[in-house]
Amino acid sequence: MIRTELAIVGAGPAGVCAALEAASYGVKVTLLDREQWIGGQLVKQTHKFFGWYEKSAGTRGVVIAKDLAVKVKANPDIRFMGSTEVLGYYQADGVLLLETPQGIQTLKPERLLVATGASEKMILFPGNDLPGVYGAGAVQTLMNVHGVRPGKSVLMIGSGNIGLIVSYQMAQAGVKVAAVVEALPHIGGYAVHASKIRRLGIPIYTRHTIKEAYGTDCVEGAVIWQLDDDWQGIPGTEKQLDVDVICLATGLTPLCEFLWQAGAEMTDIPELGGFVPLYDEHMETTAKGIYVAGDAAGIEEASTAMAEGRLAGLAIAYSLGKVPDHEFSRKRQDCLKELAELRAGPTSQAILKGLAAMREQMGKQARAQTRKKVRS
Amino acid sequence: MSHAEDSIIVCRCEDVTLGEIRKAIREGAVTLDEVKRITRAGMGPCQGRTCRLLVAGEIARFCGKHVSGILQSKYRPPVKPVKMGDLAALELTPLSEPGHGQQSGASPECTCGKAVNGR
Repeated sequence: MIRTELAIVGAGPAGVCAALEAASYGVKVTLLDREQWIGGQLVKQTHKFFGWYEKSAGTRGVVIAKDLAVKVKANPDIRFMGSTEVLGYYQADGVLLLETPQGIQTLKPERLLVATGASEKMILFPGNDLPGVYGAGAVQTLMNVHGVRPGKSVLMIGSGNIGLIVSYQMAQAGVKVAAVVEALPHIGGYAVHASKIRRLGIPIYTRHTIKEAYGTDCVEGAVIWQLDDDWQGIPGTEKQLDVDVICLATGLTPLCEFLWQAGAEMTDIPELGGFVPLYDEHMETTAKGIYVAGDAAGIEEASTAMAEGRLAGLAIAYSLGKVPDHEFSRKRQDCLKELAELRAGPTSQAILKGLAAMREQMGKQARAQTRKKVRS
Repeated sequence: MSHAEDSIIVCRCEDVTLGEIRKAIREGAVTLDEVKRITRAGMGPCQGRTCRLLVAGEIARFCGKHVSGILQSKYRPPVKPVKMGDLAALELTPLSEPGHGQQSGASPECTCGKAVNGR
């Protein structure tokens, strides 16, 4: 059994920023990731960020990942365990079960941060199991990590930021983007990304979805159609597209298996991507000593994930008695201010609504706990 | 419901179709666990990461409920398949003996068993 002060599951932007913040106060951190590299999804994000990275926007995700990896490796208080998958959290003993390259091991931390990110949502259509149907994450890995084009011509499903950015990157890589379809009546992502697509002459069909994919051994084409107000396809509006790749960017949902296993209170908040844990202003869940940050706490962006990670790392160091009160309250305010600024844009309205709903439930939960204590 | 729709794969790990899922629901399986036990949807290598939401959506539509009102199944460890031999090779250390069996790879300064501020 390995023991550590803080175990962090996931070495993406949230987990790494939490590790660096906690370690800056001398917390002994064990940082776990199933991949051998540090940076999570950042390693495939070749586009520039809008958010601040230490107050400098315009940095590419892949550059941020390299920078974070250098900082982690130089920090003697952080032990990075790559190629290590967490298999489960055993609530009764407070133990994580790990599959490492050296075999199965157990890890008992004093504090646990779940920064596991998200998984991609699938949609149902005939032919969705044909080779050539990819998630947007897989396409980014193929192209931006391994330098492999997924095919010659692609239909992109979903016009959120991921759908738009990956479409643009495929166009840059020489893949013909036949169309981007969006079930909503409006484009989901930022106008700046959508404009780049439109300038290349790529059509974006709103109120459209895929009807079917066809092909014998792999995708040979797709049919799209228009949706009515009840989300049903309208016969007669079908368009046939000659594509060999169908890329799904139909949303993400928080990956919270270990929080369920830890017995943290969970709630379904559509604005945050599905079931998320209730957590307080220290990023602590209702399971004591277990924290959350990044997409696992609600689907947002790498910039907010980094700020949440710093807040969680700070709060964990404080809970271990390593941060003086005045410094904690000052730095906590800085983190909260940064998060508020990152969420100030009009596209963040839904996130703010979702967070308010989560906090209301957290408040109810806390009041119920207090009443229980008063009675007993 | 068209034939094409019936044959859509919902659970890719276990090759479970939409037709099979809907049949199970019509026959009374209205929680994720019930659908899982009857059809095996969600019992493969990805443990439902792909199909869980889709199955919940089908149940919700059939019952006229919101997805959040559908009884979730538990996320038991391990969250992915593991070889029995690997698990058997693990020597369990009783937690009542802090520090005992600590591996050489662990941080030499770890604070096991000590008071919170006592490093």
